Amino acid sequence: MEKIIGKFQTKYLQILDEFGKCDEKNVPKFKKSAIKKLYEYMILTRAFDDKALKLQRQGRIGTFASTRGQEACQIGSALAIKKDDLIFPAFRENGVYLMRGMPMYKLFSYWAGDERGMIIPENVNLFPISITVGAHLPHAVGAAMSFKIQKKKAATMVFFGDGATSEGDFHESMNFAGVYKAPVVFICQNNQWAISVPVKEQTSSATIAQKAIAYGFEGIRVDGNDVFAVYRAVSDALKKARSGKGPTLIECFTYRISDHTTSDEAKKYRDESEVEVWKKKDPIDRLKKYMLKKGLFSDKYEKNVLTRAEKIVSEAVEKSEALKDIKAGEIFEYMYEKKTPDLIEQQKELNGGLK
Amino acid sequence: MAKLNLVEAINLALKQEMKKDGKIVLIGEDIGEDGGVFRVTEGLAKLYGNERVMDSPLAESGILGTSIGMAATGLKPISEVQFEGFLMPAFDQLISHASRIRNRSRGRFTAPMVLRCPIGGGIKALEHHSDSPEAYLIHTPGLKVVIPSNPYNAKGLMISAIRDPDPVIFFEPKKIYRAIKMEVPEKEYTVPIGKAHVVKKGDDVTIITYGAWVKTVREAVEKMSDVSVEIVDLRTLSPLDTTTIINSVKKTGKCVIVNEAQRTGGFAAEIIARINEKAFFNLEAPVERVTGYDIVVPLRKFENLYLPTHQKIINAVDKVMKNSGK
Ligand SMILES: Cc1ncc(C[n+]2csc(CCOP(=O)(O)OP(=O)(O)O)c2C)c(N)n1
Ligand SMILES: [Mg+2]
Repeated sequence: MEKIIGKFQTKYLQILDEFGKCDEKNVPKFKKSAIKKLYEYMILTRAFDDKALKLQRQGRIGTFASTRGQEACQIGSALAIKKDDLIFPAFRENGVYLMRGMPMYKLFSYWAGDERGMIIPENVNLFPISITVGAHLPHAVGAAMSFKIQKKKAATMVFFGDGATSEGDFHESMNFAGVYKAPVVFICQNNQWAISVPVKEQTSSATIAQKAIAYGFEGIRVDGNDVFAVYRAVSDALKKARSGKGPTLIECFTYRISDHTTSDEAKKYRDESEVEVWKKKDPIDRLKKYMLKKGLFSDKYEKNVLTRAEKIVSEAVEKSEALKDIKAGEIFEYMYEKKTPDLIEQQKELNGGLK
Repeated sequence: MAKLNLVEAINLALKQEMKKDGKIVLIGEDIGEDGGVFRVTEGLAKLYGNERVMDSPLAESGILGTSIGMAATGLKPISEVQFEGFLMPAFDQLISHASRIRNRSRGRFTAPMVLRCPIGGGIKALEHHSDSPEAYLIHTPGLKVVIPSNPYNAKGLMISAIRDPDPVIFFEPKKIYRAIKMEVPEKEYTVPIGKAHVVKKGDDVTIITYGAWVKTVREAVEKMSDVSVEIVDLRTLSPLDTTTIINSVKKTGKCVIVNEAQRTGGFAAEIIARINEKAFFNLEAPVERVTGYDIVVPLRKFENLYLPTHQKIINAVDKVMKNSGK
């Protein structure tokens, strides 16, 4: 006997299209101030990004991974999160950090290669940057399991790219999350490239979203350049998680406008015309079009927002660069709660050698 | 003869061996059209096609695990892991399988494969891009570990690695990827695996080092006018050329080891143990080691505090000289 024992579908959500046209019945119930907040944080993220790229070219920071084009994925999700939820970013989530309340100067310090930049304030519920692709996914699932065991009404949210879905850690995390019904929201920013590898060569699945089906929970693809759709999907998934109904995978379909990092040269492997197509789908322009229609936007407002963003950014750079260097011996301080005898001896050795 | 850097020399070795041996395939992240993030495989996809130069999905365990399968069934895979910090997801395949397939099957299946991987700090990079994990691999029986120190031995060692019947880890010191240009013969030659090289002869102190540090040690030695230093470049870390080490130490009676990995359980300790076993009575002073500290390598801004320096090397030489009473 042979018969069909399962049939699957994948959902797609778009609310605001690239022309600013809006599917009104699906728009989240936003206050005007919330819409402005979305816009302002996307602008701030982009201003930060532009500045970081400049600083890198001047040698004032090191290798940097740009967020350009992915602002809606990051700001839309970050708006949906509550104070007690814990976020696990990968390495491209500058917007998430900013929206969550990480002081901007710290981000500049981090990218300049100063560990103090990743000292996250106690009241900011964020994990440090994770450079190894995919490795932080199990941490997010574990934290979600922990919240569940401790009966906390909180969820976790983990960011990663399309490339990360190839790592074993992704699959193990999805499976654990399904098995333990962990209150976790997986947010894959499918920007269609993992350095030089296009997503079509990364996986044979038609979508990333459908991978959730195999692990027994829901996956959805959203237009990742549509901040309303991202917010909507993420806030629904977080509500579901917090009410004990388990994990969700959200694939934000978007595009990496910049090079992979400042060490990369995308021209080498990627057609510029593809980038042009995606620039037209810009998440910020789209929201602006919507706000114009709704009378929430004026030239004066735009100018104010831009000026304010630039001011915040330049003050952050100043503050970051004014930071005094650490004392040499400090590099030994964070390996254990208490320095071991070996570390004490090596610290002395370094200090002695510096004289 | 052309003057090449390390990147170009390895590229040349790959290109020539691939031309000779159709069983060689390359697999790794971004090694195709992009030519690898350090451009070591530049142009090879164009020359040999995507079937022999495979841009893999982003999965190191997948890369190494499938390499074992390919190697066991007639191909010669040369894989690339983009940075040493990303070897860790592949450790199960390396430590538990690549190294053991021969033993487990009593020789019926083997894994003649090469894993290429950049190693070490000094390029002011992000976390996991400045590490030196060689000791984990040297500690694993069944793996060979080599590390060139210049473009000439890079090409020769790569050809030996490709032709070796066992799994070879080929570490590429990224600090010197483009820092040294030298004449590299176009014609085929090999540098044998398992043989150290005395880079500079001397009588007072032996400095043992490898990879990027051969260059730094040479520079430091040039600053020391009053001591005659012999420099040994190990080139292969496993199997180790104990004979060359012992002969040199017996001659000089003093030894300093320079490597950048964390100190505890590091490779310098193994070398000291062998000197202790085979040349203890020739020693005129305790062996010194200049290594990294037992900490996570600091990021860009403070990385230099961690790494060996000319001064640290000179201080160590001074110390053994003083301890020997000379
Ligand atoms: C385990 C691991 N392997 C390789 C790398 C090198 N690397 C850094 S980012 C990247 C591509 C990531 O692609 P994706 O997951 O799509 O994220 P994106 O860069 O597009 O945000 C690679 C291969 C790494 N950081 N970690
Ligand atoms: Mg990607």
